[in-house]
Formats: sequence, structure tokens, C-alpha cells
Amino acid sequence: MTTSLRPLVTRTSDSPGPTTPVKIGVTGLNFFYGQKQALTDLTINLHANIVTAFIGPSGCGKSTFLRTLNRMNDIIPSTRVEGRVLIDGEDIYSSSTDVVDLRRRVGMVFQKSNPFPKSIFENVAYGLRINGLARNRGEMEGRIENSLKAAAIWDEVKDRLTESAQTLSGGQQQRLCIARALAIQPEILLMDEPASALDPIATQRIEELIYQLKVDYTIVIVTHNMQQAARVSDQTAFFWLGQLVESGPTEKLFTNPAEKLTEDYVTGRFG
Amino acid sequence: MTRTSRRWTEWTIERALQACAAGSVLITVGIIGVLVFETVAFFREVPITDFLFGTVWTPQFSDAQFGVLPLVTGTLLVSAIAMAVALPAGLLSAIYLSEYAPARVRRVVKPVLEVLAGVPTVVYGYFALLFVTPLLQTVFPTLSSFNALSPGLVMGIMILPLVSSLSEDALHAVPTGLREGAYALGSTRMQTALRVVVPAAFSGISASFILAMSRAIGETMIVAIAAGQQPRLTGNPMSPVETMTAYIVQISMGDTPTGSIGYRTIFAVGMLLFVMTFTLNLASDWLRRRFREEYA
Amino acid sequence: MSTRASRLAGDRLLQTMSILVLALSLVALAALLYDIWSDGWYRLDWQFITSLPSRRAASAGIYPALVGSLYVLLVTAVLAVPLGIGAAVYLEEYGGGGRFARLIEINIANLAGVPSIIYGLLGLSLFVRAFQMGPSVLAGGSTLALLALPVVILSTREALRTVPMSAREGSYALGATQWQTIWHQVLPSALPGILTGLILAMSRAIGETAPLITIGALAYLDFAPSGLMSPFTVLPIQIYNWVSLPQPAFAENAAAGIIVLLVLLLTLNAVAVVLRDRFQKARQ
Repeated sequence: MTTSLRPLVTRTSDSPGPTTPVKIGVTGLNFFYGQKQALTDLTINLHANIVTAFIGPSGCGKSTFLRTLNRMNDIIPSTRVEGRVLIDGEDIYSSSTDVVDLRRRVGMVFQKSNPFPKSIFENVAYGLRINGLARNRGEMEGRIENSLKAAAIWDEVKDRLTESAQTLSGGQQQRLCIARALAIQPEILLMDEPASALDPIATQRIEELIYQLKVDYTIVIVTHNMQQAARVSDQTAFFWLGQLVESGPTEKLFTNPAEKLTEDYVTGRFG
Repeated sequence: MTRTSRRWTEWTIERALQACAAGSVLITVGIIGVLVFETVAFFREVPITDFLFGTVWTPQFSDAQFGVLPLVTGTLLVSAIAMAVALPAGLLSAIYLSEYAPARVRRVVKPVLEVLAGVPTVVYGYFALLFVTPLLQTVFPTLSSFNALSPGLVMGIMILPLVSSLSEDALHAVPTGLREGAYALGSTRMQTALRVVVPAAFSGISASFILAMSRAIGETMIVAIAAGQQPRLTGNPMSPVETMTAYIVQISMGDTPTGSIGYRTIFAVGMLLFVMTFTLNLASDWLRRRFREEYA
Repeated sequence: MSTRASRLAGDRLLQTMSILVLALSLVALAALLYDIWSDGWYRLDWQFITSLPSRRAASAGIYPALVGSLYVLLVTAVLAVPLGIGAAVYLEEYGGGGRFARLIEINIANLAGVPSIIYGLLGLSLFVRAFQMGPSVLAGGSTLALLALPVVILSTREALRTVPMSAREGSYALGATQWQTIWHQVLPSALPGILTGLILAMSRAIGETAPLITIGALAYLDFAPSGLMSPFTVLPIQIYNWVSLPQPAFAENAAAGIIVLLVLLLTLNAVAVVLRDRFQKARQ
């Protein structure tokens, strides 16, 4: 594995791209934790209304990359970003970008479900309140109901909205977190291994949900589970040691990858 | 909220919180400023060598003498007695709690130690003067009713929880691997504790000892109540002594006019007290940090 | 340590000595409580709580001292709590390990080790003289607030550190600002811990004697303080005053005063436990 990975990336453009427009354009992205470089020279386009999966062994930088897309890494001290990330053509790291506005447009769901220690209702209401998105109680309740329906959890919680979110099962908590993210009507939804802590049935429900949501949202999902990537995504990007090895249509990447490294990974020879 | 007003609110809140944090620095500046200001005024009237090396402390007599040594020896005498109680007892209980005690015992002992640490010092003063001293007088008939011994012992009990809990933390921080290594070589628990764990935690334990010493030197009410108010240069624990802190209390209880030499003495004594405790605290902190680096 | 028997004997000895030491400290605590109770219990009645101090021990009470303690504690809390929590939030949530934050951290650690009587000297010079507050409730409360500040800051930071990073991330991801995140998520989660620390700091303040003597709080006061600028005394000073008098009858008053002080401390701590439980329940 001593060959330089840099030139390999360019082959991505050989494969036919998706038909939807580019939502997120990343060029020459480097990322550092202190002195340590975690991402090296990433260049990739993520398209609207499809699901893109990031795969790769743990520590390959896929989660770090995901977190650069809504500037979540800003809250970690002494981190540094170089390069450009454009969303709808605007650089999210330019000084005129407001990070709060950005995160309203780019929602995020985390690996470990993290509902706030409040009621189910309040969990979804929080984002609406802080962003001033509901003018009255009726509008608030309507939006909350819609979000919970969109996250396919409404039927399970509609009679217990005032109960603590901690009483829900793991899979329900994760769908509540998705509802919470949808409530503020983002354009993009980032999901960082959203099903890694869930049992197979709960995982299946999340995957079905992702499939439905791509009609309205641009979805980027990080997963260490290759079957999952194959099931839910249209495009897949494979990362290794902080570099992008290959990206393209999911089916091609899993059946006929351009790179030996990708093939070794997807066939389970390492990782 | 618009973007600008939101940014402005965030900026204002952060600055306000920062000001709260910066306020704590002002306290230090205030302490040092006040002490230096009054002490310098004091040394304009009394030569610093007379103060530091004089052996007679009679600032309120007509032929006033300002030798602080009797107050210093009084302080050190009481503190030494307190340390003689708190160090071995604190270390033993730390070893026991960390290496031997079953969880059940810890659940009883820890709250008791916390209560001991939370009792107001004026209560310990009462206990020293009206319970411990009479009790000791039945053993030592020559013990005067104000003395260094009784407040020293009681102060030792008061400081014990501090030594115990800090030393226990230090012992806990020693990696289990070291203990297992010792057991694997056939050591008993005691051999492991005394020859492996305690030496490994040495700098952490020393840090707790030094901090305890600093606490003893700065302790006020126990000595103000039970040690007496007679500044005398003695090493005899049976006789009354006056500590630096007790002297400050004594002057504060009377009416010494502001700006008088008597008023300034309490700042000069306070300055000396501050320097002593500050040095000990720094030393303790340095040792603790070194200890943490060893096992980080 | 050659033979097995001697090794085991050493082990046994160390353990016995440790248990002995712990038993002795338990006995000391029991002796202290028993001594004070047996000296003071029969002086405790409503009259003792509601009377002014007197030259006759039998009719003396703690009313001005008790009210004074509560007044001073109130001023201390009003000053130290917001300042301390503010400083802790800054250091924990904003400081980010910068040089300024490091400086303040070292400073606070050192302040926590300064003897309380030194704070009294600062209060005397600064509040009583320079700010011309005189030996008033305000000066006393301010002095104790300085003393309590490091304790409040250290314990609040401890509580903030227990809030998981994921709670902050969840809030940020929804477009919350840093302050919204702190106010709506971090502080509510840390509240039980913060409250416990505050009560600990206030318990310490209520038992403090030396700094208040130093700023010139009165030892004998025949009226209760009526406002911020009133002269005052506090319970520990009243106790100290009685202990210093030679007549045994006053020592009994001191013991009774100590019982009241300890009950006050116990109540504070009980309130802390109840509050903490209630908050934890409300959040589940």
C-alpha cells in the first residue's frame, strides 16, 4: 500500500454521474486535528435528492469528512480546514457564512442517538423554538406532527408526547432524532452511522425511512456496514487513511471497482 | 432574530462571562495589592530585619517590639502537632480505603470523613478548649488551660479527611498493572501496598501532605479559642502560645485605629502568612502535576 | 519477611492499625457531637432563638446572630452564585484551553488555597475602608462571596464536565447558537451537580468566623440587622464570643448555639439532596 493515492481520485469522473444537480461540491479539502492531518486533498461532488454513502475502515476519516459539511468540527478546539466546500455554489467556510444558518440547512443525525433529556414533544419543538419557526401553538403542533410522521414514528408516540424521550427504545430514539432534524426543514441530511447501535429490525426501519426521505432531501450517510451502503445508497465513496480512493454509482463500486484497494475492501479482504 | 443581532447577542454574552472569569484574577490582585501596600507602610516604621528575626512580639506595649518569631514558632508548633496526627492517620486510612476496605466499609467511612471536614472550625475550637484540654489535663496535670497540644490534636482530626482523600486519589491513580506485578511475584497485600503502591504514589501523597501543612498554618478559630494569646518563643506544647492567625483575630476583636502601627501589624503578619501558604500551595501543585505526568 | 506467619502478621497489623485509626476518628466525631449536645441541649428553646444576647447567660439568645447569618449568606449567594457560574461556564464552554483561560485556572486553584483570614484582610481594606461600607452586612457578604467564589467555580466546572458532548452536538446540529446550547441544554443537565456545589459553598460560608471578625463584625449586638448597611454579627462569632467568656454558663450557651449552627448546616444539605432528587426526577 505504498503507492500514492492522489492520482487515483481523478478516475472517478470516468463513471457516468447522477442526473440530479450538484448540491455539495468539495475541492481540495484538507483537515487537521492540531498537527495531525486527518483528511487529505478530498475532491468530490454530492448530488441532490440521492443518497450518497461514505464507506471505509474505522479511522479512515469518513465521519470527520461528514462533520466538515455542517462545520460540526468547529466546536472541537484546535482543528483547521483548508480547501473549499460549496453548497449551492456558496463556500460554507467563507467569512460571510453564518454557521448557525448553515446548520439549519444541513441537518445531522448522530451515531449514538442523543435525544435531549426532555419530553418527546420538546425534543422536536426545540429546533423550531430556537429558530423561531412556529408563530403559535397550533403551527408548532402541526409541524411536530408532520416531522414525526415523516420520520415514521408518529403512530408509536402520538399518545405519549409528554413522556420523556429516554423512555423510548433505541430505534425509536434514533427516529425521534431524525424527526427533530427534519422539523427545521433542512435541505441536506447528514447521517453518521445512524443504525450502528440498533438491532436488525430497527435498522431496517431506518433504512426504509432513508429511502423515503431522499425524495425531499439530499442525504449523506456514513456507514461501516457495506451491505447497508449497498441497500440504501445511489452513490458510494470509499475512503482510506484520510483520502478518497474512489467514488461512483454504488452498484459499480461494489461489483466492478476501478481500484484494487476498493475491491479488496468491498470483498472483505481487509477493514 | 436576524443574523447581526444574533451575533451581537452571542458576543455580548461571551464577553460578560469572560468578565466573570477575569474577576477572579482581580481578587488575587486585590489580595496581593492590599497586603503589599499595608506591609510596605509597616516596614517604613519597623525595619524588616527587626520583624523577621526579632524574638519579642509586644506591639501593644508602650515599648513596642515587633519580632514575629514567637508567632511563627507558635504557628509551627501547633501545625507540627496537627501534622503528627493527620499525616500517619490520613495515610493509613487512605491505604486502607484504597487497598483493603470492602465497598460496605467505604460507604460508611467516606461520609463520616466528609462530615468531619464539614464541621465549622469554631466548633472544633469549642471541642478543643472545653473537651480535649480538660481530658488531657487528667493525664498531664501541668497542662495549662490554653496550650498548643490540644488545638494541635484537634486540628489534626480536622485535617485528616483532606490528607486521606487526596492520598487515596493518588493511590487510586497507580496503575493496577503495578499491583498485579507485585502480587505475581508473591507479595502480600501489605508488601504490595507499602513497597509498590505507596512509593509509586509518593509525589501525589507528598502533595497532599504539603497542602495539609498549608491548611494547618492558615487555620484560625481552633487556635484563637484554645491555644491562648500569649506570643512566646517556645517549643513546649504544654504552654500557651499565639499563632499568626490568632494574633490577627486578637487585634480585630479590639479597637485598633485604622492607619496605626497596630493596625498595620495584622497586614504584615497576614503577608507573612500568605507567603508561607502560597509557597506551600505552589509546591503541592507542582508535585501533583509531576505525579499526574508520571501516570498520564 | 521470611516466614509465611510473619508476612501474614504484618498484613494483619497494617489492617488493624488502619481500622483503629478510622475507628478513632469516628469516636472523635461522636465525642464532639455528644459533648456539644450534653452541654447545650437544655439551653435550647424558643426563647434562646428569639432573644437578644445578654450579660446574664440564662436569658441570652442568638436572635441577632441568626438573622445576621442569614442576611450575610443571602448577600454572599447573590454575589458569588452568578459570578461563579458565569466564570465556570466561560472556562468550560468558551475558554478552549487558551492562554487567558490557563492563567485564570491557575489563579483559581491558588485562590482556593488562600487561608480564609486573608480574605478578611482584603475585605477590611477594600470593602470596609476603601469602599466605605463599614463593618456592614454588605461588606461581610461581599467578603464571604470572594471566599466562596473559587469553590463555586470549581464545583460548577465539575458539573458542566459531566454533560456529554453529544447533548451539545445535538443542539448545534439544529442550528442553535453556543449560548442557546448552553442555556437550553448544558445548564439544565448540569443543574443537580451545580446545586450540590452551591450548597457546599454556602455551608462553608455559613460556618466561617475568622474573615468576618477581621472585617470588624461586632461580637456583641443587641439588635438584628435591618438592611445591607446595618452592623451585624453572625452565629459563629456569637459562639466564639461565648466560648471566650470564663463563666461556664456561657459555654453552655455556646454549645446550644453550635447545635443551632449544625442544624442549619444539616438543613442546607438536606435541601441540596431533595432539590437534586427532584431535578433528576423531573428530567426523566
